[in-house]
Amino acid sequence: MAFAPLLRGIGFGAVGFLLGSGLGAIVRVTMGLDPWSAEALVVVGYIFGLVGWLLGVGVWGTWAREWFGLAARRGEAQGWRRYLRFSTDHKVIGVQYLVTFLVVMLLGGVLAVLMRAELMAPGKTIMTLNTYNNAMSLHGILMVAVAVAAIIGGLGNFLVPLLIGAEDVAFPRLNALSFWVIPPVAVLLLLTPLMGGFDSGWTAYPPLSVINAQGQTLYLLAFITFGFSSILGGLNFIATVIAMRAPGMTWSRLPIFVWSIFAASLISLTATQFVAFALLSVLLDRVAGTSFYDATQGGNALLYEHLFWFYSHPAVYIMILPAFGVALEVLAHFSRKPLFAYKWVVGAFMAVVGLSFLVWAHHLFTSGMSDFLHLPFMVTTELISIPTGIVFLSSLGTIWLGRLWLTTPMLFALGFLFNFLIGGITGIFLADVPTDLHLQDTYFVVAHFHYTIVGGEVFALLAGVYYWFPKLTGRMYSERLGKLHFWWVLLAYNVTFIPMFWAGLHGMNRRVADYSPELGGINLFISIAAFVLAASFLLMLVNLARAWVRGPAAGANPWKARTLEWQTSSPPPAENFPAEPQVVGAPYDYGVPGSRHAVVAAKGASEGEEKRDGDAAPRNQED
Amino acid sequence: MAVQPEALARHRLSRMALNRMGLWLFLLSETFFFAALISSRYYLQGLARPETLNQALGLGITMVLLLSSLSAYRAETCIAHGDRKGFQQNLLATIALGLLFVVGVAMEWREAFVHFPPNTGFGSIFFTMTGIHAFHVLSGLLVLTLVYMLGRRGHFSAGSSWGVEGAVKYWHFVDVAWVFIYPTLYLVT
Repeated sequence: MAFAPLLRGIGFGAVGFLLGSGLGAIVRVTMGLDPWSAEALVVVGYIFGLVGWLLGVGVWGTWAREWFGLAARRGEAQGWRRYLRFSTDHKVIGVQYLVTFLVVMLLGGVLAVLMRAELMAPGKTIMTLNTYNNAMSLHGILMVAVAVAAIIGGLGNFLVPLLIGAEDVAFPRLNALSFWVIPPVAVLLLLTPLMGGFDSGWTAYPPLSVINAQGQTLYLLAFITFGFSSILGGLNFIATVIAMRAPGMTWSRLPIFVWSIFAASLISLTATQFVAFALLSVLLDRVAGTSFYDATQGGNALLYEHLFWFYSHPAVYIMILPAFGVALEVLAHFSRKPLFAYKWVVGAFMAVVGLSFLVWAHHLFTSGMSDFLHLPFMVTTELISIPTGIVFLSSLGTIWLGRLWLTTPMLFALGFLFNFLIGGITGIFLADVPTDLHLQDTYFVVAHFHYTIVGGEVFALLAGVYYWFPKLTGRMYSERLGKLHFWWVLLAYNVTFIPMFWAGLHGMNRRVADYSPELGGINLFISIAAFVLAASFLLMLVNLARAWVRGPAAGANPWKARTLEWQTSSPPPAENFPAEPQVVGAPYDYGVPGSRHAVVAAKGASEGEEKRDGDAAPRNQED
Repeated sequence: MAVQPEALARHRLSRMALNRMGLWLFLLSETFFFAALISSRYYLQGLARPETLNQALGLGITMVLLLSSLSAYRAETCIAHGDRKGFQQNLLATIALGLLFVVGVAMEWREAFVHFPPNTGFGSIFFTMTGIHAFHVLSGLLVLTLVYMLGRRGHFSAGSSWGVEGAVKYWHFVDVAWVFIYPTLYLVT
């Protein structure tokens, strides 16, 4: 039965939850406490429930049996049933991530629409102030999860093994585990309203996050679990890129998207542990009676901000590095030119990884941190603009004098450049202490990070989805609707967010449901633009869903691209390539005479019958 | 088309080497968790250290844990040389020493509840740090016990002992983490 693994997971999870919370109650009695404490019991119950869910959904059958000397069960389902089980195929896992996070993104989008509805006029309109705070917080954490995991988890899982000519990732079962801890995260976050929600924003600063409604505890459990997934995913990508490359795939021949995933994985493997501890310390303050953030006992809320941002600033590079990778990949293929300054870009990625650990305290300029820390963190933050500038110059050099093939993915990649430029330049005002003191916690900040993450990363995500959709599904979407979606999103996006800079400069505070009446006009304008922006995503859904069900066959290589994922059928077979590919040259040497990227032998073919990769001559097609 | 020479020089890692790399990456990641923990102690408490800490007990459980790493190493070496009996004995000794350590931490907690309970500044750090470390010890004991049970059923041999190696490496890591935690809690002034 198709749903058996899910039902077993839910059943085992429920048993685990009851077992854990019962155990928690017993422990409380033996310690002389009142056995009934919803939060403490939920925490213990959740830990057992999570283990039960994972065992039930497939860890027991495919993995844990081996720990007890039993043979693991193998066997893959076919068709859509694959997506409902503990599949170890990286392509299935990639699609699971993409679909899951697309749904999460739509939920987060609905919350954004509700927030904009509330902000259409000053004063209370459609919801209470507390409901607004809860909606704002939930929107934040859902979208942060999308930003962290949609490109790496979705596109990264599907494409990294293909791009490096491997059969799968280094640890396929661990990969499946990284995905299957995500559904509990989503369920916990969606259950928060039942326990009073959480009104602390996605950053959950104490002391508020220690004393507010019990929904905060669910948020903490969800975020910690999500971090677990992120760490294991990063570990897997690092090992995969180091160890699973096809013959001839040297480090200097790696497609730039693979480099970007590798760089982002270095951050998620390490920095994530800091946020895990930050959240755990708040959880302990809530349920175990510690006093990390109780100033009367020597606690200090600034500790949380340091720990939190030591992860959460690098986390924006976990979001944006893969976006750089997608954008450069798409720009090179559709400019039909070699990627400009490839080695400088790789160096820039690594420089971003290194610098990302040295900038966190720029989030604390107004928090009461010691003054002498302002200057060094301002300098390190501004240094980041050097490597990101290199990436930007590389993208300009790549399209420079190219004969651009303006397909939907290419348009989104160009849109990424436009938006990210605005996001980058406005960031300077927030990095500079004197201006940041005034702009902190205003809509200027909201506009800035939405420009980098939505205008930047989400545009790159969409570029990637449109670019690889034919490979993922074997079908082609409507190019006309795709282009319409692009222009719709680009215009609606900019019309929504540019005015937020202005509103912020005029004193509009972030995270507040109400504002002074003279800002009513601009807010009404932003809200209407936001509704138009939200509607554009329905167009994409319709386009892609229709194409997936009954779109025309895309063929193996609709873009005539050279990299390895296009040298196998669409969608690729379980083993990815009919025979192990041999990499013989750089990935983007379009137009370089005699250049080739890879040789992929056809199934059962003799030595002479090789499939040629994309044409060496520049091709300029219009659809 | 002929494959270029560097392609032939490529080495695809063995499963064993890949597993080893995966474990080292995991331990690197864990290091960051303990780094967050240790830096929090200095951030909140500076070098403050209550006089009521039981130094004898702290030193005692440190010695017990260090000894357990020795027996764990011996267990790994024994199976690598095909000595099943020595492997089983040393593994059992490691588990026993690990349990002794947990008992020591429990005794330490009993005293700590009186002198610096979890809702005090130092208590927050002390209970969190020792608690998280004890959780690692318990999970290590669980893995070692599974390895022991598998070993009794005849799993592992000189040529195939990744399960033993992985468990023992993790155990060493937990030990090294304590080597940093112990001075952080008991020795700094």
